[in-house]
Amino acid sequence: MAIEYLGLSAINGPLVVLEGVQNAAFDEIVEMTVEKKTKKLGRIIEVYEDKAIIQVFEGTDGLALRNVHTRLTGHPMELAVSEDMLGRTFNGIGEPIDGLGDISSDIRLDINGKPLNPVTREYPRDYIRTGISAIDGLMTLIRGQKLPIFSGNGLPHDELAAQIVQQASLGDDALSSEKFAVVFAAMGVKYDVADFFRRTFEESGVSDHVAMFINLANDPVVERLITPKVALTLAEYLAFEKGMHILVILTDMTAYAEALREVSSSKGEIPSRKGYPGYLYSELASLYERAGIVKDRHGSVTQIPILTMPNDDITHPIPDLTGYITEGQIVLDRNLFGQSVYPPINVLPSLSRLMKDGIGEGFTRADHQGLANQLFSCYAKVGDARALASVIGEDELSPIDKKYLVFGKEFENRFVGQGNHANRNIIETLTIGWELLGLLPRAELDRIDTKVLDQYYKPTTLEGSEE
Amino acid sequence: MTNTGTISGINGPVIYLKGDSGFRMNEMVYVGKDHLVGEVIGLTDRRTIVQVYEETSGLKPGETVSSSGFPVSVTLAPGILNNIFDGIERPLSEIAKTGGAYIDRGIHVDSLDGEKLWKTHITVKKGDHLFPGAIIAEVPETPAIVHKVMLPPDMEGYVIDVVEDGSYTISDPLLTLQLPDGSEKKITMTQKWPIRVPRPILKRYPAGKPLITGQRIIDTLFPLAKGGTACIPGGFGTGKTMTQHQIAKWSDADIIIYIGCGERGNEMTQVLEEFSELVDPRSGNPLMDRTTLIANTSNMPVAAREASLYSGLTLAEYYRDMGYHVAIMADSTSRWAEALRELSGRLEEMPAEEGFPAYLASRLSAFYERAGMMQNMNGTEGSVTIIGAVSPQGGDFSEPVTQNTKRFVRCFWGLDRNLANERHFPAIHWLSSYSEYLTDLAPWYVEHVDKKFVDYRNRLVFLLTQESSLMEIVKLIGGDMLPDDQKLILEISKVIRIGFLQQNAFHKEDTCVPMEKQFKMMDLILYLYKKSRSLVSMGMPMSVLKEDPIFDKIISIKYDVPNDRLDMFDDYKKQVDTFYDSVIERNA
Repeated sequence: MAIEYLGLSAINGPLVVLEGVQNAAFDEIVEMTVEKKTKKLGRIIEVYEDKAIIQVFEGTDGLALRNVHTRLTGHPMELAVSEDMLGRTFNGIGEPIDGLGDISSDIRLDINGKPLNPVTREYPRDYIRTGISAIDGLMTLIRGQKLPIFSGNGLPHDELAAQIVQQASLGDDALSSEKFAVVFAAMGVKYDVADFFRRTFEESGVSDHVAMFINLANDPVVERLITPKVALTLAEYLAFEKGMHILVILTDMTAYAEALREVSSSKGEIPSRKGYPGYLYSELASLYERAGIVKDRHGSVTQIPILTMPNDDITHPIPDLTGYITEGQIVLDRNLFGQSVYPPINVLPSLSRLMKDGIGEGFTRADHQGLANQLFSCYAKVGDARALASVIGEDELSPIDKKYLVFGKEFENRFVGQGNHANRNIIETLTIGWELLGLLPRAELDRIDTKVLDQYYKPTTLEGSEE
Repeated sequence: MTNTGTISGINGPVIYLKGDSGFRMNEMVYVGKDHLVGEVIGLTDRRTIVQVYEETSGLKPGETVSSSGFPVSVTLAPGILNNIFDGIERPLSEIAKTGGAYIDRGIHVDSLDGEKLWKTHITVKKGDHLFPGAIIAEVPETPAIVHKVMLPPDMEGYVIDVVEDGSYTISDPLLTLQLPDGSEKKITMTQKWPIRVPRPILKRYPAGKPLITGQRIIDTLFPLAKGGTACIPGGFGTGKTMTQHQIAKWSDADIIIYIGCGERGNEMTQVLEEFSELVDPRSGNPLMDRTTLIANTSNMPVAAREASLYSGLTLAEYYRDMGYHVAIMADSTSRWAEALRELSGRLEEMPAEEGFPAYLASRLSAFYERAGMMQNMNGTEGSVTIIGAVSPQGGDFSEPVTQNTKRFVRCFWGLDRNLANERHFPAIHWLSSYSEYLTDLAPWYVEHVDKKFVDYRNRLVFLLTQESSLMEIVKLIGGDMLPDDQKLILEISKVIRIGFLQQNAFHKEDTCVPMEKQFKMMDLILYLYKKSRSLVSMGMPMSVLKEDPIFDKIISIKYDVPNDRLDMFDDYKKQVDTFYDSVIERNA
């Protein structure tokens, strides 16, 4: 029999204090009934003797010190999981909101998950073809990787994520033969954004393979802290118990971190950088680290978190800490977006750490790594040439710097800016890469082994140019 | 006698007990019904504060906490190498056997395999008088490393009984010792040592031998001494972990302790997979045979992250006591500092800079000072070298962890974002990095490599410094306006940067380069510079010099000359001479 406690001793933002409780456990979930009608869930975040501090998920509005009955559930937050959850839509704490009834399942999992033992992990090596040259060629996505998109407000990160989902699911080995599914978690996003994803999934015919967890911008802030955990719990279940390949899209991590800050400050904790709590790194890590592959199991969890960098600042704590945890990042650039380059990926700060082991002979093609290094290095020099041109004028540049300017323009327009609908295979991507390198004299290509150059390098000239 | 206390409050990894429980500071305690491992970190007469090394969710006030009677310690015996532990020395492979793919709470497994029989060769005999730390037996722990079983550093006496050579477990008694007070004590292979206490030594030696890593920018430009300390700060994606991996793979240390502190799980898996396959060029055995991994990944409990660095350090000191040269890779000390900050915040201590506790600096200095080249209690000589990665927030080196670390290390390998963007790896920037060991190690280089080594090294750095100031001008007016001698400096610096400093970790020949080749490469680059400079001073324009492919040829020496064909350098020297002659001929 569970005891119900009547009343609270304090309410402060999303936090309430309950006194005189017996047997309250740290991290336990409580059920609160307001005026015997509305039910809310809460989590115990601190206990001291008979006093428990509870974080209320659905917001504290309507709560009074005396109209609440609280019941301890005796366990941490759990989610009932099942394969039937694909094709359904849930709110931020995993309750169905599409009117299709409850999920019936005996399997209930703790949403906090447990750390994967590094010994039982398998190092990810299979690449996912996204059909986007900048990604496939220069920052290859690997199954089991966590590769965030660093974006800014107004940039087309949603389109890019949707395109990755569509084209990856259409890939050679995905939807057709193997079990592929998408778990989508929206935290504090605008209604339009959630709707955009819903429509895109429907249009591309993958919506039966998508489970959506939606916490909109006007939904309770504390719920946002639960949304990604619920989504990842389902992802882990489908991947490691049901052998599916799961792509998890988390958007927008910035809203998640802000929710964390809001709750932390109402708890009166000591802030570290920019008011975020000192444990922001650990919290983010506990989400991102849930990507991976487990030995002797079939499935995988691949994460594409999206975050909008406040003021486009990559050194802001949210992108900064994310970059330290994730295995690379895809950085979108406002300048390129302004030049109508889509996708506006700035390749220089972008990176995939797992790429080196998932490409090359046997995976993509032997020349892939060398070509990618060379493109990075040449494009970095384009920046120097442009800086110089803006001081002394383009006409005064040395012939080689002029060539770099041409290369840079072509690289942005042809290699990166492939448009919304192009779905290129890896050979096409590599071929375009070599054509671009052909614009530069061979002596400039110092990152590629001589033998590879002999095989692939061919000088090219642009049609209509003077040479 | 075991003391017990009762939990009164829980706040994340920190729990409070009511009243004085009789525990001692830094004592290991077992918390709650699951017997989670914890450590006492604060005592007042009203309450006891314990940090818990495991996830605390589900704990309730009223549960009991019992003492273990000893401080948080590591178990030291054969079986440490070729293994992976968590932050408090629990073997992860054993945890996987009982707990499956995930790490559960309250798992109690022995640190080391107590069943395994080790082939033991006893090196003492009855009647010997043994001093503290004396070596009593030798056990081939892995094909690469002989484990020397030692007397604990706080014990001495006469051997009154000893077993024959044979196979023993780590808990079988090997000998009976008569202590100075007349009592008898059975000695096994196992010792325990508290992680926060440095193991005693006889004396420290000054730095005198380099840790050869096979990485050109480190060995030649910014060398690290055996027993030295270095830090690698860099923003995300600049190659901290890659640099640490390269050093762990190719350095000439005997033992590597790799501490993954708050980093990615996949990285530990990668080290485990890769090091089991890669062969140590010196011994011919898999690299894992000389390696121990300590993994506290970023999603593992934060208190154990704080302990993981000390656990690793104590293991390192233990192998140093056997007379080995041990190198510790700590990746990343920033996560360790953040763990301190998190715990300090939970304890509501007064924060100093950026929320870090005021004792950050003293903890860092105490950590790095445990490195050193030592004469051990048993007379052998061994060293502990610490290489700590630092992950500064926003890549900004002015933050507290980088700044405080800089005060206590003597070697600074600063990673640069722009170099990483150009994919120039290792992205160690030659202008911001430094090594204070250079003068200490100069005699070694003169004796073992070449007497011109230090001079050449300084000339390289001088050229690179000149290049950097010339680049300021080039940015304003373009490279064409410079006089030819300055153009030559730019050209030769490019050869140094791309042909020498840049090193390809994935290329079979280039991933690890012997000192002799490093010197010959330097020698050749400077020879090319000398010859070209005399051409320029004769009035030959740079455009003529650059017609010859010699510059590009020298850049690709790193790929074209195999490490065992150093004789090919003579041919390159001839090519430089030919280049010199042909330029004169054509333009005379």
